[in-house]
Amino acid sequence: MSFLTSVAAWLADGAHWQGADGIPIRVLEHVELSALAVVVAAGVALPLGLYLGHTGRASFAAINVANVGRAIPSLAMLVFALLVSIQIGLGLGFWPTLFAMVPLAIPPILTNSFVAIRTTDRDIVEAARGMGMRELQVLRAVELPAGLPIVLAGLRTASVNVVATATLGALVAGGGLGRYIVDGLALQEYERLFAGALLVALLAVGIEVGFGVLERASRHT
Amino acid sequence: MTPEEPLIRWDWIASHLDEIAMRAGEHIQLTVIAVGLGLVIAFGLSLLVLRVPRLEQSATLVTGTLYTIPSLALFALLIPYTGLTLLTAEIGLVGYTLLILMRNILGGIRSVPEDVRESALGMGYTRAQLLWRVELPLALPIIVAGIRIATITTIGLVTVTALIGQGGAGYLILIGLQRFFSTPLIVGAALSLTLAIVADGALVLMQRAFTPWSRAR
Repeated sequence: MSFLTSVAAWLADGAHWQGADGIPIRVLEHVELSALAVVVAAGVALPLGLYLGHTGRASFAAINVANVGRAIPSLAMLVFALLVSIQIGLGLGFWPTLFAMVPLAIPPILTNSFVAIRTTDRDIVEAARGMGMRELQVLRAVELPAGLPIVLAGLRTASVNVVATATLGALVAGGGLGRYIVDGLALQEYERLFAGALLVALLAVGIEVGFGVLERASRHT
Repeated sequence: MTPEEPLIRWDWIASHLDEIAMRAGEHIQLTVIAVGLGLVIAFGLSLLVLRVPRLEQSATLVTGTLYTIPSLALFALLIPYTGLTLLTAEIGLVGYTLLILMRNILGGIRSVPEDVRESALGMGYTRAQLLWRVELPLALPIIVAGIRIATITTIGLVTVTALIGQGGAGYLILIGLQRFFSTPLIVGAALSLTLAIVADGALVLMQRAFTPWSRAR
């Protein structure tokens, strides 16, 4: 128990809640970077997935992009992102981490939004067209509400992946909660290491649970 | 990693072929142990859940939570207790395989049609015979699909275990980061990617060899 007590003491120490290396700043960095990556990825993948799902085009590619995405180790992706970032003069930290996160977040969002639209009952879609709805109206009023839980599940997978990759960002001199883990490991300060890992785990599980609640709510509407 | 320096120094690769091969070996070893142990544990859990269905929710909750925790954080949570050891790496790696493997083992066994099961029991098969001779062979394609996902995921995660001193392709990445030298960075990243692709291909071939009756898929 003594180790957990010293972790609790580390977390309770007011000094760890202030300044650039304080917990609030690190949490904010982590959440900001993750949210930005998911928003950028969704900006690309959501319209594309919905369009392909609605038209039924490129189904093989849309489904398999998720499998390809899963095969790429996130640390390898971070390395390639780092090299690109340095080549174009954006340096370490924020940019390479973002560059690594966006491609890892795109596949689950793309595949799920595609599947969400494709699995909508085709009879209902035909009925909506028969009622005189235009294509965009069919998508917005029929297909999207029916497929919303699946779209949200894709966003959830992407968010959890992104939070994990943001943690690795500390290896390329990024901020966020990974700093505590990487620094704790380097300094052999296990309280710092453990507290940082606990915060990352809580963040990831919190996101998973939060999206789970949203998904259930979207099923009842 | 200045713009004047070449991205890849082939002479470094040529003089480090032994080390690259060794890191690949470590990577494969860590992966095989993790997927092998994961398979045994997931199989045990699945049999338990099939016998005692009310345990399924808690088993899914535990393995699902493990799967959600980012890898670096999971390893970091173990380090104060099990140190920078192989044990720490494997506990984390095995933990990640459980959700996928259990889901596919259960799904595979449940996909066996009820009449097939009843005919086997009618022919006098015991429960154990039913499992080993009927249910598992028929569930094999779905189980192997799970092993494929688990293996690819594990190969990616093993890249991270270099941080806790267990070698593998990630070790080359760490060297590259520490010395700010792009050649080992690229070699390490390419190695982990290649291993994932080769392992996936090998498992597809293995599945075809073991289940010739499902070749139509």
